[in-house]
Amino acid sequence: MHEMMVAESLLAAISTEATKQNARPVNARISCGMLNAINDEVLCFAFEAIAKGTKCEGMKLHIEYKPMRGRCKSCNESFDVELSHPECSKCSSEDFELLPDAPLLLEEIEFATEQ
Amino acid sequence: MYKVNVGKKILSANEEYALKNSQLLTEQKKLCLNMISSPGSGKTTILARTISESKDKIKIGVIEGDIQTEIDAERIRATKAPAVQINTKGACHLSAAQVNSALGNLPLGDLDLIFIENVGNLVCPSAFELGETGKIVVLSVAEGDDKPAKYPSIFAKSKAMLINKIDLLKAGMVDFDIERAKADARKLNKGIEIFPISAKTGEGMTDWYDWLTKEVKNLQS
Repeated sequence: MHEMMVAESLLAAISTEATKQNARPVNARISCGMLNAINDEVLCFAFEAIAKGTKCEGMKLHIEYKPMRGRCKSCNESFDVELSHPECSKCSSEDFELLPDAPLLLEEIEFATEQ
Repeated sequence: MYKVNVGKKILSANEEYALKNSQLLTEQKKLCLNMISSPGSGKTTILARTISESKDKIKIGVIEGDIQTEIDAERIRATKAPAVQINTKGACHLSAAQVNSALGNLPLGDLDLIFIENVGNLVCPSAFELGETGKIVVLSVAEGDDKPAKYPSIFAKSKAMLINKIDLLKAGMVDFDIERAKADARKLNKGIEIFPISAKTGEGMTDWYDWLTKEVKNLQS
């Protein structure tokens, strides 16, 4: 529901970088944790709508979800947490600490090289 | 085509305010609990009863978040506790900047505990840190026992879970498997404290007050 706000922050960040590069942005790679409450389709739709008429018009967002990470309290292993079956990948213990979710990150922007 | 590495946090503006709030609350040793649930789970009723029945032990102030109206803040003020209302005008969650300004309008020096009653929504508020000490998730039995499995984020991030309206359960008005809800909430969060309560009849509330009192003491000692 708050993807529009996220799209606005993204547009501002990408526009700043585009001005610095003096180039047209074509693609942007975004990563986020599973618990960020971000729906990729909604975010792309919102971004497309607000990017119209700006130098970001027509560019594509690529959103990559990072798995949840846990640390086992029995064997101290760090592992990817499977939501359907949350247990330590090494010793199968269900007693683990959920590590902080990966932040919503603008990782990389791809710019067109134009004359 | 060429690529530029950015590595910028998209919600960094919110995080900066969350950090400010957290520093302020830590310095002043105030417990701050961010209460999150669906609309209608009974957050305000829980708060009003908690304030009235524990006023000899804990001094509570409330930040109320709603899309519109001052209704909730007025319900809190009726208990004589200070309350600041935030209207988000459509936004689905409270932001740390809004909470920062609301904290400035509460008599912090007189309080032990600040509750933030977030906008009724089980999804978005879980993704926005406000600088709180911890989150409290409220689930009422009328919503169904499958909610912890369907909305894992907020249950994974909460310090405590209140299962409200258990009077409906006792009266046989709803089907809600309390053990299933507990087990699903603990799947991602073994340490979550769980309190089955009825804010209407008062059942189970004493354990909740004892926990709050203990949390306040731990922070102040």
